[in-house]
Amino acid sequence: MSRPNSQHGDMIETLIGQRLPKRDAPAKVTGQTIYGHDLVRPHMLYGKIVRSPYASARIVAIDTSRAEKLAGVRAVLTARDAPHRLFGYGADNLILKGTRVLHVGDEVAAIAASDPYTAQEAAQLVRVEYEPLPAVFDPDDALLPNAPLVHPARGSNLFRQQLYQHGDPDAAFQEADVIVKDEFELPYAANMPLEPCFCLAEFDANDELTLYSTTQVPYLLQRDLANALEMPASHIRILQTAIGGSFGRGLDMYPFEPIAVLLAQKTKCPVRLAFDRREEFLAAPIRQPIRVKMRSAAKRDGTLWARDAHAVLNIGAYASWGTVTTVVMAETVGSLYRVPHARFVADLVYTNSPVTGAMRGFGNPQSTFCVEVQMDRLADALGMDPLEFRLRNVNQPNTTTPQGLKITSCGLQECLEILGDIVDATLIPRKSSCFPQGNDYSFEVRKRDDLRPHSSSLIPPHLARGIGFASTMNVGGGARIYRSDGCGAIVKVDDFGRVTLITGASEIGQGADIVLAQITAETLGMTLDAVRVVNGDTALAPWDVGVHASRTTFIAGNAARLAALDARKQLLETAAEQFHVAPEELDARGGFIFRKNDPTARVPLEKIIRARHFRPFGEPVIGKGWYDPPNEMADEHLRGNLSASYSFAAHAVEVEVDTETGRVRVLRVGAAHDVGRALNPLLIEGQIEGGIHMGIGYALTEQLRVENGRVVNDSLREYGIPTTLDMPPIDIRLVETLDPEGPFGAKGVGELGVTPVAAAISNAIYDAVGVRITSLPITPEKVLRALRAKHGFQSL
Amino acid sequence: MEQLSLALTVNGEAYQVTTRPYATLLDVLHDQLGLTGTHEGCRMGECGSCSVLLDGHAVNACLVLAPDVEGRAVTTVEGLAENGSLSALQAAFVQCGALQCGYCTSGMLISAAAFLKRVQETPTAAEVRRALVGNLCRCTGYAKIIDAILAVATKSPNEMNVASEFAARGHD
Repeated sequence: MSRPNSQHGDMIETLIGQRLPKRDAPAKVTGQTIYGHDLVRPHMLYGKIVRSPYASARIVAIDTSRAEKLAGVRAVLTARDAPHRLFGYGADNLILKGTRVLHVGDEVAAIAASDPYTAQEAAQLVRVEYEPLPAVFDPDDALLPNAPLVHPARGSNLFRQQLYQHGDPDAAFQEADVIVKDEFELPYAANMPLEPCFCLAEFDANDELTLYSTTQVPYLLQRDLANALEMPASHIRILQTAIGGSFGRGLDMYPFEPIAVLLAQKTKCPVRLAFDRREEFLAAPIRQPIRVKMRSAAKRDGTLWARDAHAVLNIGAYASWGTVTTVVMAETVGSLYRVPHARFVADLVYTNSPVTGAMRGFGNPQSTFCVEVQMDRLADALGMDPLEFRLRNVNQPNTTTPQGLKITSCGLQECLEILGDIVDATLIPRKSSCFPQGNDYSFEVRKRDDLRPHSSSLIPPHLARGIGFASTMNVGGGARIYRSDGCGAIVKVDDFGRVTLITGASEIGQGADIVLAQITAETLGMTLDAVRVVNGDTALAPWDVGVHASRTTFIAGNAARLAALDARKQLLETAAEQFHVAPEELDARGGFIFRKNDPTARVPLEKIIRARHFRPFGEPVIGKGWYDPPNEMADEHLRGNLSASYSFAAHAVEVEVDTETGRVRVLRVGAAHDVGRALNPLLIEGQIEGGIHMGIGYALTEQLRVENGRVVNDSLREYGIPTTLDMPPIDIRLVETLDPEGPFGAKGVGELGVTPVAAAISNAIYDAVGVRITSLPITPEKVLRALRAKHGFQSL
Repeated sequence: MEQLSLALTVNGEAYQVTTRPYATLLDVLHDQLGLTGTHEGCRMGECGSCSVLLDGHAVNACLVLAPDVEGRAVTTVEGLAENGSLSALQAAFVQCGALQCGYCTSGMLISAAAFLKRVQETPTAAEVRRALVGNLCRCTGYAKIIDAILAVATKSPNEMNVASEFAARGHD
């Protein structure tokens, strides 16, 4: 697996760029990993929440007496037993509701019992008398003058309106040669990780709280719990369990978490609160449905000239961090391409619909869908090739967009050019396989089985094929949506040469465990095996804002690198004394320290470590690092350099449309990604492939159907997560632009797989059958309806 | 409450358990025997996270009632490795990057093991896809899972450079 480093001879390897499996993979393939749902603590009780069946109602009375009498029930809580301080991003939510419920699933009462069956039975015995109230579900209705108010004290259902503008869009549309206009409809989508929500609250003898949690933001959860529960944050420790997927779900605190704490407080026992799948569909946060009216304009010479978008976001009953998605949406509207005039208006609207939150891409799948469908439409109107039109307006490195985004490294042009090559080829060559040393067996199998020549002569007449493109840009160097975008790290080297990286970063499956180990070992000059990564404990590890915004490799990677550099400096200083040379004349690699001009004269690092520790006034090696990127929060006008770098990608998708049934099949995807530098291609490919899976679901099959505020398709199959049969072969090309700020040149990659997929599919459908679908998911019904509108019923 | 006494074999070990008559095999394995590698994802047979081998056939443990496993043999993910080393299939999952969060992994491995046992010839990617259609993954897009299974199916153990128990003995 090792790649020799020519500078130092074959014995020394570089860890950067290697295809290394995740550290936790052996435990996961043998069933040894303990997820939240597997966790058992002595005397543990089982919590259950009583939820509102109404979207809007007054609570007349709650009778808990029958539940309390059930054998095995240890506590029944209602709003009387909970603090009444409003919490959440919008300071609009209560732990338990005592007077009004605002959506189906609102928390009304909670049980702790000796086993899950008893807890369930007790929940059913709680009698709540409701008086239904008028409800509002559609954001347009919610903005009408006489609409029922979700939060009457606010005086309006408009949570927030945001406006971004550069140039003079109104004048620009007057000057343009071609203009396209659309109304886009983006649906509810659900994160739906395979492990449902979980937490376990436990107090120790000193009344200090430990919350075992699947959160993505342990340090913010510590603060949020303290505020909601009116207890000192210093007495709260968050321990992340192994997390069975999240995709943005864990960005906020939700009522179930403080409820578990209150139950543990009342019963003096550890209390576990774990959702089942139905409850996950009912109460876990989801992607906002958004309606977008957008127009785009270009000059006859192919210059993108103006863009104007008005988005209405249905945020549901409570405002979460998910409302910050408008910052990301504005970036795609205003800065994905060079566009001299742009405006983005967003209305974020409360309704009595399910609570929305954050989901992978964070507004970007929505805005990229709109922008990239219109890029295609403009190219079409201009009579230009869609790739050529994109290349004509692509961002270049080292430019600042009118929005204030400082684009340093930028490989979008190369990504688009690569896509042209992929599409021109008759077969998708699979560049990478899991066996790096030339054993590209998987390509041979795929070639025989999954791939076929792109030749329309073999296709039956009712099947039409087409190819579509879409570009995308995302924050790739953190995203300052909180006062600090930082991460801390400690590198501790013990007397035996074992290195422990203690990091604030979270592991949610993406592989921070191995990437941060690679960065630490490479920087310190240690072998990979010598480095372990410890994280997931707010009492132990320094602060981190959380695992989101594709930021962990960039931010936590830089923090680990700084801590390792600090430790390395200490080692080289001591070694310099031993070698009787200046520290600058020494280098450390592969577990040895040696003179740069004579690598054969080398000493094992652990000898230096002990020499430093066990001497008069000696000390062990402890390095510390703190990295807060040079970025800024967007201002109230959504301007500012949100990220310390930006990542880019472009996808090409080939589809086959059945004109008799309207069914769309994705035949293949080409994905070219500017990742800065591929620290671990195996994991990067995994992020992109998983993102494309989520993108295909968003485009074609996934939709949470909400009727009168109630989710009606609350199971995985009905919801429509793509299976193995829905997934095409994917050809991934990694473009390395060596970002000046990223660790070893790397940029974030976690969200760019999902963001362009739906647009590329819609554009491919147009290429195949000539209809534009602007509403997701692209169901067979929508395709058939569009075909009939275009050709008339008889012609089909 | 009425309790049921049940004898079954799990990963080659004989167990006698007392459980509720309406408990599922998933409840028995996960909650009573502590075999937490078998994960609950939906309790509706839709996600495949709780797949186990029942007398050699892959089933969703959440859909099997405990009384129905009396006297039968169950293999869970914990039973795929032998003598502490990974089976070829497990090793291929690790090496190919076939897992991220890992919650579906146990079920994927079980379905893959059952599939590899029943196929006669070297399978195609399409056959592997069909075999895994009952197992959902939210992280990987399945690409590297399919890679890993094809790697085991088409490579001899020597070429795999991984432990060879799986190829030599089948999986249970």
